[in-house]
Amino acid sequence: MKRLLTALVVLCALVQPAFAVNPDEQLDDPVLEERARDISQGLRCLVCQNESIDDSNADLARDLRLLVRERLVAGDSNPEVEQYLVDRYGEFVLLAPRFAWHTLVLWLATPLVFLVGLVVLVLNMRRPANLPGTALNKEEEKALSELRGGGKK
Amino acid sequence: MAIELGHFALVLAVAMALVTAGLGLTLWRGAAWVTGFARQAAILQFVLVGIAFAALIQAFAVSDFSLALAFENSHSDQPLIYKITSTWGNHEGSILLWVFILTLFGGAVAAFGRNLPRDLLTLALAMQSLLVAAFGGFALFTSNPFARLNPVPIEGRDLNPILQDIGLAIHPPLLYVGYVGFSVCFSFAVAALISGRIDAAWARWVRPWTLASWLFLTLGIAMGSYWAYYELGWGGWWFWDPVENASFMPWLAGTALLHSALVMEKRGALKIWTIFLAIITFSLSLLGTFLVRSGILTSVHSFASDPTRGIVILSLLAAVIGGAFVLFAWRAPALSTGGLFAPVSREGALVLNNLFLATATAAVLVGTLYPLVLDAATGMRISVGAPFFNLTFSILMTPLLVVMPFGPFLAWKRGDLLAVTGRLAAAVAVALAATVIAFLLSGFEVPLAALGFFLGFWVMIGALADLADRVRAGRIPPGDSFRRLAGLPRSAWSTAIAHFGLGMSVIGIVCASSFSTENITTLHRGEATSLSGYSVTLASEQSLAGPNYDADRITLSVTAPGGMTRDVSSEKRVYRASSQPTTEAGILTYGLSQLYIAVGDPSDGGHVVRIWYKPFVLLIWLGAVVMAMAGALSLTDRRLRIGAPARKRHTAGAVE
Repeated sequence: MKRLLTALVVLCALVQPAFAVNPDEQLDDPVLEERARDISQGLRCLVCQNESIDDSNADLARDLRLLVRERLVAGDSNPEVEQYLVDRYGEFVLLAPRFAWHTLVLWLATPLVFLVGLVVLVLNMRRPANLPGTALNKEEEKALSELRGGGKK
Repeated sequence: MAIELGHFALVLAVAMALVTAGLGLTLWRGAAWVTGFARQAAILQFVLVGIAFAALIQAFAVSDFSLALAFENSHSDQPLIYKITSTWGNHEGSILLWVFILTLFGGAVAAFGRNLPRDLLTLALAMQSLLVAAFGGFALFTSNPFARLNPVPIEGRDLNPILQDIGLAIHPPLLYVGYVGFSVCFSFAVAALISGRIDAAWARWVRPWTLASWLFLTLGIAMGSYWAYYELGWGGWWFWDPVENASFMPWLAGTALLHSALVMEKRGALKIWTIFLAIITFSLSLLGTFLVRSGILTSVHSFASDPTRGIVILSLLAAVIGGAFVLFAWRAPALSTGGLFAPVSREGALVLNNLFLATATAAVLVGTLYPLVLDAATGMRISVGAPFFNLTFSILMTPLLVVMPFGPFLAWKRGDLLAVTGRLAAAVAVALAATVIAFLLSGFEVPLAALGFFLGFWVMIGALADLADRVRAGRIPPGDSFRRLAGLPRSAWSTAIAHFGLGMSVIGIVCASSFSTENITTLHRGEATSLSGYSVTLASEQSLAGPNYDADRITLSVTAPGGMTRDVSSEKRVYRASSQPTTEAGILTYGLSQLYIAVGDPSDGGHVVRIWYKPFVLLIWLGAVVMAMAGALSLTDRRLRIGAPARKRHTAGAVE
């Protein structure tokens, strides 16, 4: 698998001067074309590094771009097009991972880190008053009360 | 002969480093001679690795293909500058460069550390030597750059054409100086943990090293981003590629360190956290350099991915990072906590800054590693791409940018938020006005851009307001204000300038991502198209031969809205040695905006042309340069010169 992937990456680099979105791929209907570009930006070129099919020059990306447009012309909605590609290529094709059980940690890690950090901060902010060393000890209190003028005792 | 000399020098340096580390770590409480030995040994290591690195460069410069590395990564037709940069455009060479910079920093600590407490200096140098021994040893045993070939090949295999660019001469050295510089903070942190000496003075000793590393890392990342932008040919400037993330994480953590060390230096608080950040930042730098090389992440940056090397690298990382954290867990609780402060105070603002930056670092780390972990654990394959990071970052950075201008206004210990808000009211008004104007000019197209504009302007104007407030502008005669401005400490200037630079980058990012326009079309010779008021005509095409490539050059003439016409050319090159093609985009700069033209394959007698207009895109990188300049200015601050003589000279040394 890894060797295959390496070969594909090399292939991806080799076909470089061929182009991302070519004029001959574009749809005549500007609304549909706009939607196609939108969808393409969220789909991963499977043989490249984190590149969307909209940016990639690989042949496979071109095939996927054409496929997206085909589905749009056939009347699919945007989520339907995405689902169609996920059914064929797996979730790997989505640059934005879905929110589901297997991505729970991914999506929740950041808010969790933030919240834990915040809680630790708040606790720390409230603590200093009770810290040993910050409050006066008995001798100091006695000295203080003496300074204040003898006190009641 | 020279190559063997280099090899021998490296072996000697590693042996020297081992002895220094062993002596220093066991006898750091001991006599003065141990410190003296460690200092001389650190400088000697620098000289020895310098000889090794020079020998390697020399072999590349004269195209000595009996050196396996030169054979695999260079070609005699390359221009001299690319022959030299080929030295580190590969795994083995880049590791040697890394070790070289490590010894450079170790030598600098030895040379400028005369005033440091002896035990701390000895321990820090011992740690630095331990790193040299570990990673120099890694180079010798698993990625020896000095391996020879027999029989000697006549010609080399050429460097990857994408790397044959001035960017390779600048980007990796800058980035490595940044990465490796944090090793000094790491060594000082470990030294502090072992010796138990952690106080405000520690923060002051470490500050120049943090600053220098941070400013080089900032420049390195910005340079890498601009290189990718003009070289990869599709006008993107940040891809959230695992390797970019790997360089971004130490930057985020390093920025947090810079701010928390400030609290420690001024107020003696946040000691444990600062030590923790110093360790984390260098750990992330190690991750950045070596995870890439371990073959776990496949990327355009991984020159070599050999599984055995990967295992050695991972064990090394685990030993260095794990060891430091064990030490931290053991010793940190014994440290005393420092000065107290109210939640609303300068310290409080800096803590908030750290919370956001640390969370952002965690977000990038999780996003980068999650697909690997999920794949290993369940076999499921997912992608975590730009949409995830963009969303996470916009949510995290918005509040950070909103509170940023408040920080410098708040007093230490206990601040008055209401009073500060009053003093910032004018800045809010100006920022709002600027936002409205920018939004009107941009034609209301992208509502979310208004928020971005506001954040950018707010940060920039907030920074200026800080300076204005310090000189009491408007409250005393202007002449007096100007006199005060000249007398402000450089640290005040650098805070304002760095924050201003960040605002510039924000505006650049907002403009480039919201208002870029694009035109993809087929042009025949003499045919014209237009984009955002610019008219582009395909003027001529010609074939030409470069030093080691053949190219088709398409020249286009571009007429700007003002009527001025300029020519620009885009090339499609095929490198002879590897027959690998590259595209060279044609870029025209108009003020801070750019017109970016890439020419593709011929199609029915014409050429596919892709044109982008990227308004204010240059602000992204200029902002980073401004931030780095602020860092350099801060390095010359009085408090780092006085009482710590010769510190300022270390930047000159680090430029190298």
